[in-house]
Amino acid sequence: MPKLIKNRAVVEDDFELIQALNEGESAPAGKIILPIQVYLDQRESLSSRNDIAVWLESDQPAEMLKDVADEVAFLAVNFPKFADGRGYSYARLIRERFNYTGELRAIGDVLLDQLHFMARCGFDSFAVREDRDAEEALQAFETFRYSYQGANDNPSPLFRKRLG
Amino acid sequence: MYVYDNYDHAIIEDRVKQFRDQTNRYFDGKLSEDEYLPLRLQNGLYVQRMAPMLRVAVPYGMLASNQIRKLAEIARKFDKGYAHFSTRQNVQFNWPELADVPDILEELSKVEMHAVQTSGNCIRNTTTDQFAGVCHGEVEDPRPYCEIIRQWSTFHPEFAFLPRKFKIAVNANTLADRSATDVHDISLHLVKNDAGETGFRVVAGGGLGRTPIIGSTIREYLPAEDMLTYLDAIIRVYNQKGNRLNKYKARIKILVKALTPEVFAELVEEEWSHIKDSESKLTPELIEKMKSYFTEPAYETLEDNCASYEAKLAESKGFSSWVSRNVEQHKKPGYAIATLAIKRAGHAPGDVTDVQLDKIADLADKYSFGETRTTHEQNIVLADVKKSDLFAIWEAAKEAGFATPNLGLLTDMICCPGGDYCALANAKSIPVADEIMRRFDDLDYLHDLGEIDLNISGCMNACGHHHVGNIGILGVDKKGEEFYQISLGGDSGKITDTAIGKILGPSFNRDEVVDVLDKILNIYVEQRQQDELFIDTFKRVGMSTFKERVYAKAN
Repeated sequence: MPKLIKNRAVVEDDFELIQALNEGESAPAGKIILPIQVYLDQRESLSSRNDIAVWLESDQPAEMLKDVADEVAFLAVNFPKFADGRGYSYARLIRERFNYTGELRAIGDVLLDQLHFMARCGFDSFAVREDRDAEEALQAFETFRYSYQGANDNPSPLFRKRLG
Repeated sequence: MYVYDNYDHAIIEDRVKQFRDQTNRYFDGKLSEDEYLPLRLQNGLYVQRMAPMLRVAVPYGMLASNQIRKLAEIARKFDKGYAHFSTRQNVQFNWPELADVPDILEELSKVEMHAVQTSGNCIRNTTTDQFAGVCHGEVEDPRPYCEIIRQWSTFHPEFAFLPRKFKIAVNANTLADRSATDVHDISLHLVKNDAGETGFRVVAGGGLGRTPIIGSTIREYLPAEDMLTYLDAIIRVYNQKGNRLNKYKARIKILVKALTPEVFAELVEEEWSHIKDSESKLTPELIEKMKSYFTEPAYETLEDNCASYEAKLAESKGFSSWVSRNVEQHKKPGYAIATLAIKRAGHAPGDVTDVQLDKIADLADKYSFGETRTTHEQNIVLADVKKSDLFAIWEAAKEAGFATPNLGLLTDMICCPGGDYCALANAKSIPVADEIMRRFDDLDYLHDLGEIDLNISGCMNACGHHHVGNIGILGVDKKGEEFYQISLGGDSGKITDTAIGKILGPSFNRDEVVDVLDKILNIYVEQRQQDELFIDTFKRVGMSTFKERVYAKAN
């Protein structure tokens, strides 16, 4: 089973990521993460299930997640390449604009050196790429003792602390 | 200038450790080439034709003498004994070993320096007027705001992987824009509103590169306290909507143009309305505290008129011609701003040796409160010198080779490292600059030509700012051969209004470039009226006059 960093610890990931479904194919049973558009298309039959999460592609607007946040297991944002940084802004909007308090997962090209930024923007679970050592990646959260700017993890910029 | 506190030190120390670990993991094969690349870029480390190139940040151009000595030491120990001042007020080392870079960064951190975000698709070094705080015509000193931006942008978690690099410039001077402000992704112009309060006119979407565009004003007045939240709003819109498929269409200028500045401004305002009162809003206390780092040095109370200086001016033609080109008026009576011209024939523009660096540090300590500024024209400024010391400074600068009285003249070129060093370049730029410097070495002629900005870039990326040179030279590649395209009529905003130059016509091979330049200058001399500057003559007579003559067949 793939590994997941959640609450700063490595755990087994028991949700299956569904990349896409064929035209007309209905969502399989079990714990799954569905593409947001698939979920929206089958929403009537799926919204009563409590084992479905949804994921957003980086070229889809974060607003697509807004209405479904309350009825799914969790929200996920895909990083197709780690250098595609749209997901950072989406995470902040999901947390700070839509006031989502549930699990927010980073999926896709999720690597050690980006975890610090992701965590600051509001992600709290990280599906570290399968060929990487999730245990080793835990160190990323300890990299910096301080940050200058406010973000989701701590909205108060350093200058406020300095002024006392 | 700004002085680090314990937090700044901790952040930079943690960065050095992080980069050391990243580099170790790369050597261990735990990080692939592709994964290490953006990480090293965000630490200013390129891999170039010959060796890695390390770009060190000089925030808004401020450089203290102990920092310059550290750069000299690094040049000696880890490089081939020289460093290079870039067109973004930064410093580059062309020959470090990759494995040494963590040690170099550690050395830099001891003098409050770093290489954070000097490259990569993130927010880069904020630039401003090299005469900030000492010149006439300033609304307010822009540097406290630059430092606030530096801190906010450093490891900004949301904007570490933007569609493309992102450059912010701040201008506070109403008389001259010395930092090409309006060709930046965002330019902030310090202004006062009717109530006398400080704020910014916000311009977005400027840039050079292959699609040069002058930025558009998206907000006439933004209160100073709203600076960071507004920057957050602009970049959040760009981060989500900027083009990520084609790197040539990825800069914010393309987005602003595609949406129109009006629509872009609406999106920014909408985003901003949600975050404007967040804790990132600046407080008057913070702005005051930051200003306290940029207070005036211990100036003496002097008469503006200095008899010994006037006497030397009358006595020495060499001195007076240096003063007329390389010394600017200071806002304090009896003081002056002296610029050391570090470009010389036989050396790439911006290159300085370790010995010269130490010399600059000595001059700064002796005559200018231990501080210097780097300029986007790749020179070094001693910003606070007494007029009575100018003669001694001139003599020392002459000895060190920094006293060519050519500032603002044709041979004070901006030039990128080009194909000799840069992996991106289509053509060499340094040999062209060198040929120009050798051909036009008659100072009387250069003074007669007057102010001309000549800018040279080795490729479309326009690091040499060729678009905004009065005369621009761009290296292009045609079937593996180097050619040079010439443009006329650009202006960075320093001499007249910001303007993008227009292409003269078909490009030339390297042998022809200097002759063509000579023709262009002859046409100007022939056409100019009284004391008209090159740019004004060009505007009056138009491109056709130049074009016809340059491309006329010899009979």
